[in-house]
Amino acid sequence: MSTTEHAPAPSYLEDAGGKTGLAAWLTTTDHKRIGLLYLYAMGLFFLIGMTIGLVMRLVQLTTFQHLVSAQTYNAMFTVHGVIMIFLFVIPGLPAVFGNFLLPIFVGAKDVAFPRLNLASWYFFIAGAIIAVTSLFTGHGAPDTGWSFYAPFSVKTGTNVTLAVFAAFVLGFSSMLTGINFITTIHRMRAPGMGWFRMPLFCWAAYATSWIQILATPIVAITLVLVMLERLFGIGVFDPTKGGDPVLYQHMFWIYSHPAVYIMILPAMGAISEILPTFAKRPIFGYRGIAFSSLSIAGVGSLVWAHHMFTSGMSEFAQLVFSLLTMLVAIPSAIKVFNWVSTLYKGSISFEPPLLFAMSFIFLFCIGGLTGVMQGALAINIHVHDTYFIVGHFHYVMFGGTGFAFFAALLYWFPKMTGKMYNKAAIYAGWVPMFVGFNMLYFTMLVLGMMGMPRRYYLHLPQYHLGHQIATVGSWFLALGIVIIIVTLVRAALKGAKAPANPWGGVTLEWQIPSPPPLENFEEIPLIEHGPYHFPQRSEA
Amino acid sequence: MSEHAHTIHRDDFGDKLGMWLFLVTEIVLFGGLFIAYSAMRSHYPVEFHHGGAELNATLGVTNTVVLLTSSLTMVLSLAALQQADMAKAKAFLLTTIGLGGVFLVIKTFEWSAKFHHGLYPGSAHMGTLPPGEQVFFGLYFTMTGLHGVHVIAGMSVLGWMYTLLGKGKISTDRFVTLENGGLYWHLVDVIWIFLLPLFYLAA
Repeated sequence: MSTTEHAPAPSYLEDAGGKTGLAAWLTTTDHKRIGLLYLYAMGLFFLIGMTIGLVMRLVQLTTFQHLVSAQTYNAMFTVHGVIMIFLFVIPGLPAVFGNFLLPIFVGAKDVAFPRLNLASWYFFIAGAIIAVTSLFTGHGAPDTGWSFYAPFSVKTGTNVTLAVFAAFVLGFSSMLTGINFITTIHRMRAPGMGWFRMPLFCWAAYATSWIQILATPIVAITLVLVMLERLFGIGVFDPTKGGDPVLYQHMFWIYSHPAVYIMILPAMGAISEILPTFAKRPIFGYRGIAFSSLSIAGVGSLVWAHHMFTSGMSEFAQLVFSLLTMLVAIPSAIKVFNWVSTLYKGSISFEPPLLFAMSFIFLFCIGGLTGVMQGALAINIHVHDTYFIVGHFHYVMFGGTGFAFFAALLYWFPKMTGKMYNKAAIYAGWVPMFVGFNMLYFTMLVLGMMGMPRRYYLHLPQYHLGHQIATVGSWFLALGIVIIIVTLVRAALKGAKAPANPWGGVTLEWQIPSPPPLENFEEIPLIEHGPYHFPQRSEA
Repeated sequence: MSEHAHTIHRDDFGDKLGMWLFLVTEIVLFGGLFIAYSAMRSHYPVEFHHGGAELNATLGVTNTVVLLTSSLTMVLSLAALQQADMAKAKAFLLTTIGLGGVFLVIKTFEWSAKFHHGLYPGSAHMGTLPPGEQVFFGLYFTMTGLHGVHVIAGMSVLGWMYTLLGKGKISTDRFVTLENGGLYWHLVDVIWIFLLPLFYLAA
């Protein structure tokens, strides 16, 4: 596996196959460069979404009530949701780390369809530009919430048509990436890499890609129907013409609930890569984790109506959806127990990626368990449309996927850039981030239990203390994120050179130079054992 | 290093797998509309019956025959290519595209007749119909319209394949691209086969 015997090939950052300058990036078909293109774009959108979130929190400190109007506030929670969900969390880990790592994980030189991969990025950017355009044109930014519920979304005068078109275009990006990854995993695995020798991230990406293919077209057509409704009045969601708004909710959530597994599964995959490396032992229960990814994708596709327990459906349907919802907890718990068991008796080296991975497990457990609570019909009615929901999905999406994104970024940063960051600064950023996160979102859970409705511009005095704590928490959270991003940007620009394998990982990406050469491997490796094959400590 | 950067990696099976996965997304896309259709039809069985009676079943069936024939010529084009009969392959491919055009012309006549009678979303006449019939025509225009868009897309794809045939980029030993184009065309055909009974034969 030695790659440095003779003159090493130039890295993908230097060698663009003969192209130079900006064109070398914008016309690249190299999966690693495309991964970075996604990372830069998403980093920008994340910061915009975060800023909007901070302003919303400021509004909830009553002294700043006149900061924005009620209508602007409606637009802000819509735009915050659209940006964070469609431009950051859904594409997040698959587009950045899936693109960068999946071909390397399976021992390939690129994805199956490199040009289609670049096209996905352009669809993503086009969708993002349309989404941003929708904010500043027409009759004001959309004010429906990110879920675009009919009939309000077909009646409101704001710029919903353009915003849903943006989501439609982004859906194309997601589907094409899914097609690419599935074909890559089926067709491009290196000799000897059987399905059960793939790193677990590949299993997660595989399950995710199937959801992208099977669920995204449903939301695409639903959004087309909203556009047609607004443009021509076809009547499918309009009760005055015989249409059914509840049908909209079903069709929307048939995609948008599985979409939360698009968000979380790759995050779980990343965690499954990080833990063995820092525990220096094989993952516990490889097959359990692999199959739990598939079963989360499968069962998770059948639970959508738990978003609609108050929208009107038969009691029998409610029971079925409640039961199925709780079933999702089983494969999720299998993963958590296997992760914790991996650490047990491991030879643990505590590094920033592990800190974030462990934060993920802690926060994801809170997010997951509050999810089971909402699966119960009685509790669901009580907390429906309250801050409890907001707190819950921020625990899963931000505490889960967001922290896993940071964990993955910190873990693979030396591989992607060839540079090492200042670990002390990362720890210094983690403290306010973790503390602020829990101040912000745990308080939301409490506020929701007390009855604070979500999306309200004003709040009653009894919720005031909670809102103040949450707002202060949002400042700590933002501070921590800024410290970490600044540290990483500094490291990318002038960090110390990172070795090929700074963490002592054993998967394929650590066997090639940092940053990797354009074609990843000088010759396609022959795989002779599973992915987490650590040399016995006694032999070492 | 750069001269063999991204060496042309050929995997016909992989290309076909990718195409089939894309077809899955298309089927699910229309699947969403079929869900909406089923829900609405179970709400309004009588209105859907009346709506279906307004449609011209003769034109619908004619168009079905046109599309089925075009699928046949598509397959014949691929078969001719595999037997290295380039002239025949091109001729059949052009026939396929032409039949797609015939379908669209018939569709245009049909739609303009509906518009002429004020049967389109948002018309004054439409507002006087019972709600279920309004939804029927809403779905009719949406689903046949989206299908029409796919016919146009399919014709463009096949037209592009025609130029690739001319340039020799599709040839007797490299026919997977044409095969994939054909798969897409058959999908367009198959979706129509479901639309026909759901709308034209609903009465």
